[in-house]
Amino acid sequence: MNVQKPLPRWVDIGLIPVINVLVALFVSGIVVALIGENPFVAMMVMVKGAFVYDGSLGYTLYYATNFIFTGLAVAVAFHAMLFNIGGEGQAYLGGLGAGLICLWMDSFLPALLLIPLAIMASAAFGALWGVIPGYLQAKRGSHIVITTIMFNFLAASIMVSLLAGMLKSGGQMSPETRAFTDAASLPMIHEILQGLGFDVARSPLNLSFVIALLACVGVWVLIWRSRLGYAIRAVGQSPQAAQYAGISIERIIIITMAISGGLAGLMAINEILGVQHRVILNFTSGYGFTGIAVALMGRNHPFGIILASLLFGALYQGGAELDFEFSTITREMVLMIQGLIILFSGALSFMFQKPLQRLFSKLATDDKTEAAHG
Amino acid sequence: MVNLGADLWLQFILALDATLRVATPLILCAMAGIFSERAGIIDISLEGKMLLSAFTAAATASLMHSPVLGLLAGITVSVIFSIIHGFACITHRGNQVISGLAINILASGLTVTVGIAIFRQGGQTPNLARADRFAPTELPFVDLVSHIPFIGTIYRELISGHNILVWVGFLAVIFTSYILWKTRFGLRLRAVGEKPEAVDSAGISVSLLRYKAVIIAGVLCGIAGAYLSTAHGSGFVREMTAGKGYIALAAMIFGKWQPRGALLACLLFGFLEAIAARLQGVELPLIGAAPVELILAMPYLMTVILLAGLVGRAVPPRAIGQPYIKER
Repeated sequence: MNVQKPLPRWVDIGLIPVINVLVALFVSGIVVALIGENPFVAMMVMVKGAFVYDGSLGYTLYYATNFIFTGLAVAVAFHAMLFNIGGEGQAYLGGLGAGLICLWMDSFLPALLLIPLAIMASAAFGALWGVIPGYLQAKRGSHIVITTIMFNFLAASIMVSLLAGMLKSGGQMSPETRAFTDAASLPMIHEILQGLGFDVARSPLNLSFVIALLACVGVWVLIWRSRLGYAIRAVGQSPQAAQYAGISIERIIIITMAISGGLAGLMAINEILGVQHRVILNFTSGYGFTGIAVALMGRNHPFGIILASLLFGALYQGGAELDFEFSTITREMVLMIQGLIILFSGALSFMFQKPLQRLFSKLATDDKTEAAHG
Repeated sequence: MVNLGADLWLQFILALDATLRVATPLILCAMAGIFSERAGIIDISLEGKMLLSAFTAAATASLMHSPVLGLLAGITVSVIFSIIHGFACITHRGNQVISGLAINILASGLTVTVGIAIFRQGGQTPNLARADRFAPTELPFVDLVSHIPFIGTIYRELISGHNILVWVGFLAVIFTSYILWKTRFGLRLRAVGEKPEAVDSAGISVSLLRYKAVIIAGVLCGIAGAYLSTAHGSGFVREMTAGKGYIALAAMIFGKWQPRGALLACLLFGFLEAIAARLQGVELPLIGAAPVELILAMPYLMTVILLAGLVGRAVPPRAIGQPYIKER
């Protein structure tokens, strides 16, 4: 019999993610070296670009806001063992929801009413785009991975035809809506802080960041402190047991996908209400997929997701800095690092687990034998 | 009247001709998907492997001035990533969807990063000269036959003038059917995707069979990528696969994991894309502007409808997505 003891908690949720990131960065460093640049210099440029320069921290947190929303979306679905890779499409449609409300009502509603409505619309549209694959999975057994992939493409087609057609503002060539009035703009953090007398540089960081943090608290309460969350985890960990306990698996799948889609949809408020103030083509630019990496790294826990979002925010902002400093390294480097992180912390997650388990159980037995002899 | 008829006929044949060109990478990738998924390994990394191969093939062809070397290099890189996928999913029993997704994202970043480092053209490869690409091959007697009405047009426009990789695409379908249904290896490969424990108890290595399956998938994706950048196109452009790997995945499901069904689905999806390209900006009677976006979205929509079981039923291999844990 060779029963291995589970790893200590700090190793499982602390050490392993750190090892995964370090390995991903190490492999990226090799690529940088092969290209003929110094990986340590590139690393320093990224760190400076993400944290040191004026306003850079604001940019890092602004990117992190997107990743918190899409990461939470993936994590909630993961708790029910559903793999939602449709965050990209759900966020895209969320932008449509917020955009439609603003285009319709920004001329007569005050900000205090318009913004909450737009936020709700973004969540509702995202939820709709998540709940259809959820329904198809629950009732028709269609594989959620495939349907959410298809729904990403369908969302893209819908948005292209709307932005190039009905929603396109007259008198311009680019496929985007007209700009909203000021009533639709979320307050900027640097303006709030400047109002309070702090001297902070301009950045696109806006109130969405606070909403994202609130969403983290909400998800924590939902998953670990509510009956629904208990049912979601039960369905994820043991569908048979859940069914036996009287939980309707179909219902939980549908509800979970609605919540997941809604969270992804909320990502749009950061981009549409916070920064762009209009609906533009491809404003999601892959953030939905990054959410998968964020959820994997953050171990599907809101606190872990905040940390992982900060890491990815720093990578994105630092990656933009690479464009300026090097002629040979660009922000696509970050995409590569992201792919490697998903590979090591997702697909190869068992690779480091086994050796570490062996190591720690050996350490534990050594301690015991020493105690026995002593 | 005769002229109009002949003209419409020509237009139709030209659309079919475009269909073949567009469908070739879809066919190759769909066959790759069939090999992998029939063995029980989900492969959403068709897209990424095709992209990696497209870049490698174009870069090699541009530097070595040989499309054949480009093809071989593309296949090699695609197979390397297949083995990484296998290493994660077969050896380490990782999540197959996550592994595939990682490869796709990695491919997007890696191709552009390396492309800029080598060529300094914003991630593209230089335009390939005629000699560095797979040239169209004119079949014999084109001049002679082309005067025959209807059939002549078919021969001249539809059958002749394709590059060799288009034919390789069609051969891949025959190859896939033959291997999977007429050889012992194919029987075992299908069994390993349905009931791996039965294959295991017969004393055959589940892992080895699955590795072979993903490697064959890698070869086919590699050919598809090389086709895009060195035969259909003339050089690599960033993100040039543009979702074709996912359409191939949809076609494979649409064809119910059968080579013939997948071939028909690829041709149908290719035809839709060819039609959409022709209708871009055209005003149609009654409808107005042609609904190009809708036509392009049809493959995704049709796949969702099929998966929902509204028309027919697509049943995947039974053991798909599950890592095999050997019993002791």
